[in-house]
Amino acid sequence: MSASTSRRALLWAPLGLAAAGGVGFWAMLRGMKDGSYDPRGVPSALLGKPAPALTLPAVEGVDTPGFAPDALASPGSPVLVNFWASWCVPCVVEHPQLVALQRRGVRILGVNYKDRPAEAAKFLARHGNPFAGLVADADGRAGIEYGLYGVPETYLLDGGGIIRWRWAGPMTPDTLSAELDPLLRRHA
Amino acid sequence: MRRLALTLLLAMGLLTGGALAVGRPAEMLPDPAAEARAQEIGRELRCMVCQNQSIEDSEADLARDLRRLVRERVAAGESSDSVRDYVHARYGDFVLLRPPFNLVTAPLWALPVIVLGLGALTLLRMRRRTAARPGPAPLSEEERARLAALERDI
Repeated sequence: MSASTSRRALLWAPLGLAAAGGVGFWAMLRGMKDGSYDPRGVPSALLGKPAPALTLPAVEGVDTPGFAPDALASPGSPVLVNFWASWCVPCVVEHPQLVALQRRGVRILGVNYKDRPAEAAKFLARHGNPFAGLVADADGRAGIEYGLYGVPETYLLDGGGIIRWRWAGPMTPDTLSAELDPLLRRHA
Repeated sequence: MRRLALTLLLAMGLLTGGALAVGRPAEMLPDPAAEARAQEIGRELRCMVCQNQSIEDSEADLARDLRRLVRERVAAGESSDSVRDYVHARYGDFVLLRPPFNLVTAPLWALPVIVLGLGALTLLRMRRRTAARPGPAPLSEEERARLAALERDI
């Protein structure tokens, strides 16, 4: 390489760098638009690990029974663990999806996060109760065991009780068709 | 006078701001040494809700829960590393404000070194080129005469 060509290459370098940055930025924006990239999303540290055991009481005033710790250790078939609260507005948005999943035969275990039992019962009476089992996490400690950011948050456990998927925030119909359904099929 | 008082107040606020990160004294441990250790741990843990604050600085609910958890474990005599590991195992690398060195974070740590290295390399090459370039040829007899004439004219 002669001196003049290398100098020319040096002149082009900033432009090349800017172009590469532009392409990267464009890819990021595109990913954000089609949902494949979420700048705030951090994958759960528990993916591929056994679900933490939950030894929590059932929610008072709700017909749904609680569940034993081994309901999560070896459920036999895929099960969803859903953290929710009656005071959480996105949970209202998500609830129809939970009800639809339950109607399709998906087993959903609920964790009522830092909530008043009476309010939780009212919420379920009003919006429907999709839970096969429901426990109360009154002080939020179970949430921390799962690395919870906030409610709603949903975990998919496979038949062996291994966490395969985590969704932070409300699941929309799109979430079900694009993310959850293929996983349910794979782990069925 | 009033302005002076205000300045003093502000200065005091700045000086004590760090020490009073935990707003409510009710949250603090009675043992100052244990409380200091809890704060040291908490300052290195990210509040996952607000993301750019430590759990000691944040007023988010989750941060408060984590503060309480850290204090309980410190009060029970657990080592700082063990408390940190407990939170790290549940929230992943992102919860540590000082990211650990592993395969995923390697580019993050290596980038400054790589950029500095590239800069040094460029500088070195540029210097070598200027050193290698031959200096201007000495003036010829005719040019020297012209220069002398020009200088005389000035």
